[in-house]
Amino acid sequence: MRRWLMLLPLAIFLVVAVFLYRGLYLNPAELPSAMINKPFPEFSLPAVQGDKTLTRADLLGKPALVNVWGTWCISCRVEHPVLNKLAEKGVVIYGINYKDINADALKWLDEFHNPYQLDIRDDAGTLGLNLGVYGAPETFFIDAKGIIRDKFVGVIDEQVWREKLAAKYQALVDEAKP
Amino acid sequence: MKRWIAAVVLGLSMAGVAHAAIDTYEFAKEGDRERFRQLTKELRCPKCQNQDIADSNAPIAADLRKEIFRMLGEGKDNQQIIDFMVDRYGDFVRYKPALNAKTAVLWFGPAGLLLGGFVIIAVIVRRRRVQSAATKDELSVEERERLDQLLDKTKND
Repeated sequence: MRRWLMLLPLAIFLVVAVFLYRGLYLNPAELPSAMINKPFPEFSLPAVQGDKTLTRADLLGKPALVNVWGTWCISCRVEHPVLNKLAEKGVVIYGINYKDINADALKWLDEFHNPYQLDIRDDAGTLGLNLGVYGAPETFFIDAKGIIRDKFVGVIDEQVWREKLAAKYQALVDEAKP
Repeated sequence: MKRWIAAVVLGLSMAGVAHAAIDTYEFAKEGDRERFRQLTKELRCPKCQNQDIADSNAPIAADLRKEIFRMLGEGKDNQQIIDFMVDRYGDFVRYKPALNAKTAVLWFGPAGLLLGGFVIIAVIVRRRRVQSAATKDELSVEERERLDQLLDKTKND
């Protein structure tokens, strides 16, 4: 009994040390999204190109990535070529141009190529707010029924896609197959 | 004169630090102003993590302040507004976390540790007391014999 008690401080120290050590490698900027497994919010917003109105129904049918971007967002520029490559490989990507000036967005898509199958224009940030967006780039994974299944905050580069995200997207694609 | 100028400069430079974000909102009801102040103090900015949305200059915090102002205008109560934020940004945005299974440790952990400490102290104190009582009052058989011998010795002397 006595011996056992003497080991108690060491045990407490070890537990705390493990927690703190783990904390060193967690990214505090990565918030668990409250939106996971909730339906993508309803919206009715214009497209960036042309004057079509887009709604939630336009996003349904195929699992897809919904990428939140803006020309003011410097890391979006780093991410853009990767999205172009993914789009070429057949990954379905929808874009939300978040709190941006539309002329700038048009110029950007013209210059850097457009990986987005649909491009939603969210000048006022209302859709972004309903999605719980707190910065850009953010990428939501939605399934064919329009349920948000996952979210990635930050730049998608080739490594992140290969190691983390490709499998998640593939799982949604497999699930959608009859 | 020089000292006076220095004081004014110091005063002015500190005034800027006190409060970062200032918007101008016109409230319909006077009570709403107080509620706005309270809600923006209680909600945390998702982008700049250690500031409430009243203090933060981040665009997202400005958006959230605008949203709170809009909802106050619609006559929503505090709980509805907080729920709106939690639905979108998660429990993270509350500086006063809700009490649920996930946050129970947060709420009761410190009190539990304190209580545990008291229990340990109580156990130690009681054990000491029992020990010292035992050593003081009870003599072993040998001790008693020795005591008797000594006492007899002094008597015989």
